[in-house]
Amino acid sequence: MGELAAFIILACVTLIPAVVVVTSGNIVRSALSLIPTFLGVTGLYILLHAEFVAGIQILIYAGAITVLILFVIMLTAGGTGTRIRQVNEQVPLGAMAAVWLGFLILLVIFRTRWPYTATPAPQYNVASIGTAFLTDYVLIFEVTSLVLLVSLIGAIIVARREE
Amino acid sequence: MHVGLTHYLVVSTILFCIGLYGVLTRRNAVAILMGIELMLNASNINLVAFNRYLAPGAVGGQTFALVIITLAACEAAVGLALVMAAYRSLETIHVDEINVMKW
Amino acid sequence: MDWLTEILKAALLTVVVFTYLAVVTAMIGVYLERKISGWIQARLGPKHVGPQGLLQTVADTVKLLQKEHITPRQADVLIFNAAPIMVAVAGLLDWVVIPFGRIGERVLVVRDLNIGVLYFAAMASLTVIGILAGGWSSNNKYALLGGLRSASQMVSYEIPLALGILWVAMIAGTLSTVGIVQAQAQQGGWFLFKLPQLDYAGAPFGILAALTFLTAATAEVNRVPFDLPEAESELVAGYFAEYTGMRFALFQLGEYAEAFAMAALAAIMFLGGWLEPNLPAWLWITLGLAAVLVVVLLLITGASRDLLIRPILILAVLGAALCVVMFFGVQAGRSPVLPSPVWFLTKMFALVFFLIWMRWTYPRLRLDQLLNLSWKVLLPVGLLNLLITGFLITVVRAP
Repeated sequence: MGELAAFIILACVTLIPAVVVVTSGNIVRSALSLIPTFLGVTGLYILLHAEFVAGIQILIYAGAITVLILFVIMLTAGGTGTRIRQVNEQVPLGAMAAVWLGFLILLVIFRTRWPYTATPAPQYNVASIGTAFLTDYVLIFEVTSLVLLVSLIGAIIVARREE
Repeated sequence: MHVGLTHYLVVSTILFCIGLYGVLTRRNAVAILMGIELMLNASNINLVAFNRYLAPGAVGGQTFALVIITLAACEAAVGLALVMAAYRSLETIHVDEINVMKW
Repeated sequence: MDWLTEILKAALLTVVVFTYLAVVTAMIGVYLERKISGWIQARLGPKHVGPQGLLQTVADTVKLLQKEHITPRQADVLIFNAAPIMVAVAGLLDWVVIPFGRIGERVLVVRDLNIGVLYFAAMASLTVIGILAGGWSSNNKYALLGGLRSASQMVSYEIPLALGILWVAMIAGTLSTVGIVQAQAQQGGWFLFKLPQLDYAGAPFGILAALTFLTAATAEVNRVPFDLPEAESELVAGYFAEYTGMRFALFQLGEYAEAFAMAALAAIMFLGGWLEPNLPAWLWITLGLAAVLVVVLLLITGASRDLLIRPILILAVLGAALCVVMFFGVQAGRSPVLPSPVWFLTKMFALVFFLIWMRWTYPRLRLDQLLNLSWKVLLPVGLLNLLITGFLITVVRAP
């Protein structure tokens, strides 16, 4: 009962600001609405007992990516952008695509028989995630680090002013 | 009534479609990036939920969620750098006005 | 209704922690800041309300509560009013994982999360959003500049901060704050001087990590010498230039709460948290006598009339009192001599004093110097420290 209540609240906290993100005519408000969405997703991770992912989610998404986005908005558009048209002419098309895709995915979800294992909530710890990264998933780990390095250098080169 | 896998999948589906709508309809390049972030978050919810309900003993789903968070950070950094570069030379960040290649 | 009691418990704890923050960190923090800065600048500081001006902050709070709340006409009202709350709440949430001490078997902490220090870093990184939102929504160019400076500064300094935290997590083998203190209790020494794997040979690494962490923490809470976002002489007051009354006080509260939380975390990670230093009685009495000697010397030479000497005198008196109590306690065979929260608060306030001292000693950095310090000094130092310590630990442990 408590779990369901928490889930419903978190789902609302995630989804309602997400709608604001994509529909608001004020670009700064839509960027700030990302924060409740990310925090709601964090809450869902905690409900799923994935505490470490939840911590990283706040640190990276809410603390870094949103700040970067706000930073770029304030440096470029020079305002809220409420006087400019924020959406293109594909609104009906986009809405239709989103609704149809959602409908299809939901259909698949409800038609599938998930191989349920009704186990009690497991306790994950940080050490097991670290071990998994350095044993079973070491290749992914290394490739991700390489991508991180490349994008770091790439971002600096792209963003820097040519002399 | 228990919270099951389906609940999480429904939430993530809705979040994904909201993000998709944002990506398809926005003119502002930064707003498109925001839509992409929403879609990545939706996929992360899926990964962690599958991990919890279908393979509770392993941590594979969480590992991949962490990888996706890292890649999202990379994508945001490079994407925003591109936006800044485009703004500097074209003085607009609306993607339908960045059309110098289209004559 | 299990979850209902959980929620009630959470609400009650929130009230307790918030009261603690409002009373201890904001009130005493502001008072100490003004008093010590007064002494360092050779003036008296607050003096008139209450004995030695102790009630000055209370009077100020009452004044701020009565003030009119002004919203600029062109401001984005919703974001403008939400921003100070965001900052205050983020500062409040930091305190969830801080253990204050231990009574019997019970550790005084709101929640001992198994991702404790990661949670702390995550909450500390949330403040910047409130600052950026407040700076932008004021519709004032000084405020916006302050917000932008704050964003670039915090994003840069989060990395050295995380590296300092990571170093401790690697040594202690846990992310939980209580676990970190217990790891130090087990090896019988602070991480600043002694590592479980390297013994006292680890001291240089510990000091380096602590310095990295403290520098990054000072920058993260926007204090001098890293106070560019709120530089009075350049930006009026930076991101809170347009705020009045209680909204302004909330910004201040959030800032002090975070500064104190950083000091508390540094005390937990490097100075052993609530643990009592385990020194022999003769060392205590030697330290105590040295402190008494300083006091006597200052009083005889008449230097104590000089206001600049005041903080040294008071510190020496306090230190002498502590050492004498400890000496008699150890002689009487008591262990621990003082209750653990006393030690935690002593360490925390020592670090807070250090922060205030630094504030009135160093000039403000320029923005490019600030970013250079983060990316060219702190980041390589932190990474190398992590790498070398990790290497040594593995090599020493291997046989």
